[in-house]
Amino acid sequence: MNDCKFLDHPPRFLFFTGKGGVGKTSIACATAIQLADSGYQVLLVSTDPASNVGQVFGITIGNHITPIKTVPGLAALEIDPQAAAQAYRDRIVGPVRGVLPETVVKGIEEQLSGACTTEIAAFDEFTALLTDSTLTAGYDHIIFDTAPTGHTIRLLQLPGAWSGFLEEGKGDASCLGPLAGLEKQRSQYKSAVEALADPNRSRLILVARAQQATLQEVARTHEELNAIGLSQQYLVVNGILPEAEAMQDSLATAICQREQRALSEIPEALQALPRDQIELKPFNLVGLDALRQLLTVATPVITQFDATTQAIQVPNLSKLVDDIAADGHGLVMLMGKGGVGKTTLAAALAVQLAQRGLPVHLTTSDPAAHLSETLNGSLDNLTVSRIDPHAETERYRQQVLKTKGAQLDAQGRALLEEDLRSPCTEEIAVFQAFSGIIREAGKKFVVMDTAPTGHTLLLLDATGAYHREVSRQMSSSMHYLTPMMRLQDPKQTKILLVTLAETTPVLEAANLQADLRRAGIEPWAWVINNSVAAVAVHSPLLRQRAANELREIDAVANRYAQRYAVVPLLQQEPVGVSRLLELTD
Amino acid sequence: MTTIQIYDPALCCSTGVCGVDVDQELVGFSADVDWAKQNGAKIERFNLAQQPMAFAENPLVKTYLERSGADALPLIFVDGEVALAGRYPNRTELARWAAITLVEDKAQSGCCSGTSCC
Repeated sequence: MNDCKFLDHPPRFLFFTGKGGVGKTSIACATAIQLADSGYQVLLVSTDPASNVGQVFGITIGNHITPIKTVPGLAALEIDPQAAAQAYRDRIVGPVRGVLPETVVKGIEEQLSGACTTEIAAFDEFTALLTDSTLTAGYDHIIFDTAPTGHTIRLLQLPGAWSGFLEEGKGDASCLGPLAGLEKQRSQYKSAVEALADPNRSRLILVARAQQATLQEVARTHEELNAIGLSQQYLVVNGILPEAEAMQDSLATAICQREQRALSEIPEALQALPRDQIELKPFNLVGLDALRQLLTVATPVITQFDATTQAIQVPNLSKLVDDIAADGHGLVMLMGKGGVGKTTLAAALAVQLAQRGLPVHLTTSDPAAHLSETLNGSLDNLTVSRIDPHAETERYRQQVLKTKGAQLDAQGRALLEEDLRSPCTEEIAVFQAFSGIIREAGKKFVVMDTAPTGHTLLLLDATGAYHREVSRQMSSSMHYLTPMMRLQDPKQTKILLVTLAETTPVLEAANLQADLRRAGIEPWAWVINNSVAAVAVHSPLLRQRAANELREIDAVANRYAQRYAVVPLLQQEPVGVSRLLELTD
Repeated sequence: MTTIQIYDPALCCSTGVCGVDVDQELVGFSADVDWAKQNGAKIERFNLAQQPMAFAENPLVKTYLERSGADALPLIFVDGEVALAGRYPNRTELARWAAITLVEDKAQSGCCSGTSCC
């Protein structure tokens, strides 16, 4: 019955990992149903912040094990990582609220508002499910629609991380600091990590789309988790446009070709993995019937509608460019999760501004240098520079280790090294590298394809508290500007949130927005990239996708953004000045 | 035995690598604490971000925070009495409080091994 390799003799724990929007939750749900249908007792655990597991089964689930009555043998549990982190913050901060000064309490809350706290709080919730407990004794299979990051697991494996702080509850903190307030003992975290690294108990299923960037990211995840012992890995490439669909219209043809090329050039690290390919389905993955069909190879017959969906009328990028250009200079930062097209859009904005005769410095963190190479010298007013995030992070790490790590013993050094592999470190290293260029924004346009999160800005600002002190002491006639003040002023800095018209990416962008707002920064606009709804399509599958996008576009337009633009999915990658200019026309 | 208590500011990492720059003083101090402990000193550290109750429950610390704010941390107690405020102690001070005999470590460069006194 099993069409999928990853479902062949599955061990007790199955983890699905991949970036937001690739379909982890749908595949996890379909897997859970299939195993339950085969007579196993199955527990499905979702930590997706946009968890729609309840919606998929038509019931409310929430943070406790709930039997799915329509599927005998299946129960589900939703863990909201944000809520877990909030509960943790409340546990720490609650008792001192109103006791310690308010500014002190706020400072503590910010320290506990980073990505690491959320990650660790979610892992804490995992632990009970991974270690033998009465809670899960009755289940043959436990399926997670997420997996902990390599950074978290490595930290938990380091002996240095446990000396002092966690066992005694005092002493050194590290990225693991948040764990100190969590209740479990070292032995429990240890056995959770052991369960993860045991191929007889755990299988990791990497979920990707047939896109070059996504596959490269998955290859990195594969290597990282493989290095720490999670060796039993499978690859699922989801949502592939069937070749038959390519006949329908030129956009479908282009997508098909692009996907097939990405698959034929799949990164070497992934080639050896058992691989399943799941075709894009012509129906929404809601309800049992739909999910039961997801993992079957044969694509259901598509009802042929002989129709074309017209492109929806939405604001395009040129209106945003007009508004940006009106100021004559300033900092433009594009922010969003990986793979949404920040670099391309940053290039499109820069090229359009330069075309209008405005001085522009485009600076990107594009790992593949192509863009800066093709654009440099192409327009008179355009300067292009590139910062390599990996090189910058490595340089920063080496500098820290050389100067600050010199006095540490082996264990302390190992811990410092791991702390320096945290996502915050990369963000800070890249932002520091960019900061010199940002100053140019007083005279020209500086367009960047990256931006720091609100959490990082608040921490940077807290450590720069003396800036505020200086500004207080200076007479009011003098202009004093901290980096934070520059970012908070929409006249000087415009942050554009880039997303896709899909549920999870929109939710992730909304989280980034909430985080920036904590830092007193209001994103200036949202850009929805790669929209099919903004193109006239004939292919039934693409029309289905376009229809699904409408709800997300509506949410951005009416709920999240103060202004927005939609960029259509293009037949060809916009490389070079003329194609980039088309994006903003 | 002497007990040294250190009330640290709120830091998600003791090394501060998550912050704008790694605090050299803090990294050095963490090493000094390890050294003092290995020499038998009894040292407790409380991190404002993780054990705020310890700050709230100690009237002296609480008053200090109300008067001077979190920026004025760290605050260091020796046997329950304030010994130092606003900066971390150096190895010599730790040794004096914990009655550890310092074996001069001449190998280290500079007159004061990395602190800003020179």
